[in-house]
Amino acid sequence: MNNVLGINIIRFIALLLLQVVICNQINLFGFINPYIYIIYIFLFPIREERLVLLLSSFILGMLVDLFSDSGGVHAAAAVSLAYVRPILLKSSFGMLYEHQSIKFTTTDIGNLITYLTLGTIIHHLILFSLEIFNISNILLTLKKTLFSSIFTILLSVLIIILFSPNKK
Amino acid sequence: MQQIFNFVIRNKTFLLFLLLFSIALALTIQSHSYHRSKFINSANFLTGGVYGTMNSVDQYFNLKTENDILAKENKQLREQLYNLNPQTDSTFIDSSYTNAHYKVTIADVYKNSYALPNNILTLNKGKNDSIKEDFGVITSNGIVGIIDNTSKNYATVLSILNTKSRINAKLKRSNHIGSLTWNSKLPSHVQLEDVSQYAPVKIGDTIETGGESSIFPKGIGIGTISSFESDISGDTYTIQVKLFNDMTNLGTVYILENLNRKEILNLENSSNE
Repeated sequence: MNNVLGINIIRFIALLLLQVVICNQINLFGFINPYIYIIYIFLFPIREERLVLLLSSFILGMLVDLFSDSGGVHAAAAVSLAYVRPILLKSSFGMLYEHQSIKFTTTDIGNLITYLTLGTIIHHLILFSLEIFNISNILLTLKKTLFSSIFTILLSVLIIILFSPNKK
Repeated sequence: MQQIFNFVIRNKTFLLFLLLFSIALALTIQSHSYHRSKFINSANFLTGGVYGTMNSVDQYFNLKTENDILAKENKQLREQLYNLNPQTDSTFIDSSYTNAHYKVTIADVYKNSYALPNNILTLNKGKNDSIKEDFGVITSNGIVGIIDNTSKNYATVLSILNTKSRINAKLKRSNHIGSLTWNSKLPSHVQLEDVSQYAPVKIGDTIETGGESSIFPKGIGIGTISSFESDISGDTYTIQVKLFNDMTNLGTVYILENLNRKEILNLENSSNE
């Protein structure tokens, strides 16, 4: 139990630092940045209290906002992702989720990618709609969502595989 | 009463989500209204510390370009010095008459951003260096933005690459003024709006600050005209300005304090009443 708490706290801090120190400075082609801090929300243990997840994702989003001077856009997107997470889990893992027996590091890679893709697109769509905050720029919003999502998904999958504890 | 409690307990996840989401939304909306992103900004102890560490590493990679910029600026200043009008040599200046109009402070850019629609920079000077809201920020090439928030040791700058930013600017060859905005597309171009149709607009001409706003002195370079078009109504021009500054690569900046700003504002207020 303590171990789980420790891992999540370390993950929280490490992803936050990685995000603000490296990922926010990439600006590929001038505007594409990956938002990898959402891995924390993806990998949060399923059996833990949902309220804790909601609160901690809010704080994580708020901290990212603090560093990038963006009001509350990351907080809003992160909280929404944390809220819809059970639906995503159910649709991408199916029966495994019903039995509460998913281990993210041992599941089928296809399921994992579905889960990450759905979650990332929802998060990025909310993030960029709020950030641009202008209906007439909807094309820009969609463009940013698409490119950043691809970048984020690639990086997330790599990071999750790289740091998974079981060595095959 | 029992039912209300039951309802709250049953829907506690949704209610918490709603609460947190509305807080975030409120902060977002507040940050989109000009000048009032008071609570969540990067001028604070935590973010300043992290960005400071980053900056001290990052600086070494930019030493060469920084040196080039300094050398270029020195050359420019020396040219000005040696080509000064000789009659100013002999002007008698009583020290009690010379009142400085602008106080200049040097600052390092701790965080630069240019990919968002609303870009904000963080500098390593704050209230302790008597930096306040609405001071101008420039480099040796041209303007950067206006100080937005300050904490003890840090300050945030509303960049000219910000959809909320509106800065008074004019054509160099005439006195036609307009306001400088950004359409959030390219970090190398800003737009000069509401320029009168009588203005002699030519591609390649220089745009500089107008000095009407009491933030920037008159005549600081902004950029050159790369293209222009008439508005739909045909009364005004919208001009695309290519910036002198490379906003994606900012190292050291100058903060300008207009020492007469208070007097100017007081005067304007009293004549408005």
